[in-house]
Amino acid sequence: MVAAAASDYPVSGTTLTLREVSHRFDLEGQPLPVLDRISLQVGRGEFVALLGPSGCGKSTLLRLVAGLDFPSAGTLLTEGKAIEGPDPSRVVVFQDPTLYPWRTVWSNVALGLEARGLLRTHRERVADALRLVGLTGFANAYPHQLSGGMAQRAALARALVNDPKLLILDEPLGQLDSLTRITMQGELVSLWQRSGFTALLVTHDVEEALFLAGRVIVLSQRPAHISAEIVNPRPYPRHRGDPHLAQLRHEVLVHLGLDATW
Amino acid sequence: MVAALTAFWPDKLESDWAYTSDLAVTCGALAVALGLAAFAGVRFAVCQRLQRLSPWLLALALFLAAWEAVTAKLGLLPLPFFPPPQAIVEVVIDDWERLAAGIFASARLLATGYFLGAAAGFVTGVSIGWSRLAGYWIHPVLRFIGPLPATAWLPLAFFVFPSSFSASIFLIALATGFPVTVLTWSGVAGVNSAYYDIARTLGASQRFLVLKVAIPAAMPHVFVGLFMGLGNSFAVLVVAEMLGVRAGLGWYLQWAQGWAAYANMYAALLVMAFLCSGLITLLFRVRDRLLSWQKGLVRW
Repeated sequence: MVAAAASDYPVSGTTLTLREVSHRFDLEGQPLPVLDRISLQVGRGEFVALLGPSGCGKSTLLRLVAGLDFPSAGTLLTEGKAIEGPDPSRVVVFQDPTLYPWRTVWSNVALGLEARGLLRTHRERVADALRLVGLTGFANAYPHQLSGGMAQRAALARALVNDPKLLILDEPLGQLDSLTRITMQGELVSLWQRSGFTALLVTHDVEEALFLAGRVIVLSQRPAHISAEIVNPRPYPRHRGDPHLAQLRHEVLVHLGLDATW
Repeated sequence: MVAALTAFWPDKLESDWAYTSDLAVTCGALAVALGLAAFAGVRFAVCQRLQRLSPWLLALALFLAAWEAVTAKLGLLPLPFFPPPQAIVEVVIDDWERLAAGIFASARLLATGYFLGAAAGFVTGVSIGWSRLAGYWIHPVLRFIGPLPATAWLPLAFFVFPSSFSASIFLIALATGFPVTVLTWSGVAGVNSAYYDIARTLGASQRFLVLKVAIPAAMPHVFVGLFMGLGNSFAVLVVAEMLGVRAGLGWYLQWAQGWAAYANMYAALLVMAFLCSGLITLLFRVRDRLLSWQKGLVRW
């Protein structure tokens, strides 16, 4: 079997540049630094994973990239332009699927098009997105009728329907059982390969990061700074039993200070 | 089992109340019909549903029988105050024109006041929940004036408004508006902020966030407010009709009591109970339809 490299696929993603991004929260008058001068360059159509201990500020970083919050210092750019707010070309999939419970799966997925007034002209994209995540038969179901994996698929479809240039994944598989998780990791890779968007994944699962990403950025404890960067050149689709991945995993664990567990 | 009821009825024929025989005949016919239904129940679905209700039917029959016994038959309860069931039947049949006029007047007043109050409360609640500026100005007013019972405004309202009808509409709207405002507000304020984040990253405008995210998410709360408002509006309606408006069921109650026509009073109470319960049921139906996406709704 010939494994194809990511670069063989169409690339419609955006570039992302972080320059000396720092952020702090105000906690009862006390400044709490969360991000410490993070600089990062993500190429068009690249799949980058941010890995770090929980509470290190990974999700904060994603909110900055999404334009939901603004950094205390530093700049974030896509295609050389500063990020000034949320934009449908940069869509987030959160750990919690947060589907709107009063909308059916279909109209949850249609939300982005509806919000931008594109629903009338691009209606068929909703069905396409549902097919892409394998939820065609559940278009009329309400979120409370879905399993965790199906809900997260619906959330993914809701993001993909907008044809994002940057897909921001905030531990999207964190709440799923391990079997569903393995299946969905494979699905994420094939979605990414087919659509060519740039993907930025936050996770604290080393294996997941290495299975999905071409580059793994290891973050330190809070305030987070980049402590290591590991390039993962293994071709897609990857195999869990790949001894090279195991080797990279060891390397990442060393950077996380978990060498003793190997 | 239901057929056993038949035994209670045909033995009530002597007394000087009008409609006694009619009542007895109706009850007898009903009992026979129910008895037949009980036997037929094995075959027809409708009859089976009736069978499920039979303990209640039996209890009702026993209650009616006891009522009949202590009033018309034995005269144990003092008379003008506790009329027998046939007296109430008499009122409903002979005085239905005045009752119907009362129902119509009450319904008109209630509907106008309730809808105005609910609409105003909803809009106010959404604006306080959404806009900081609206919250700053309206919240203190709401806190100060809201808890005041609407009936306390009664003397002032009848004095300020051109007619007692418009004054009553104002009072009913006030009584409805307060709970609707507070609950709509708390509903909007309590919306999961992730709902906004996601809609914003998908390109939603402020208008979209209010209309398509905040309001639908707040609807379960809004309905709690609407229920409370409906209850309040009943109370204010009756008081307003008793004290100011010269029409409606509340006025009918007052009038009947003034003439010591206690049977009329019971009849009006009965009609009112049916109407209020009917309206609450209607509101539940509307909610069940609109909020069918929710799990575990309370059945009414």
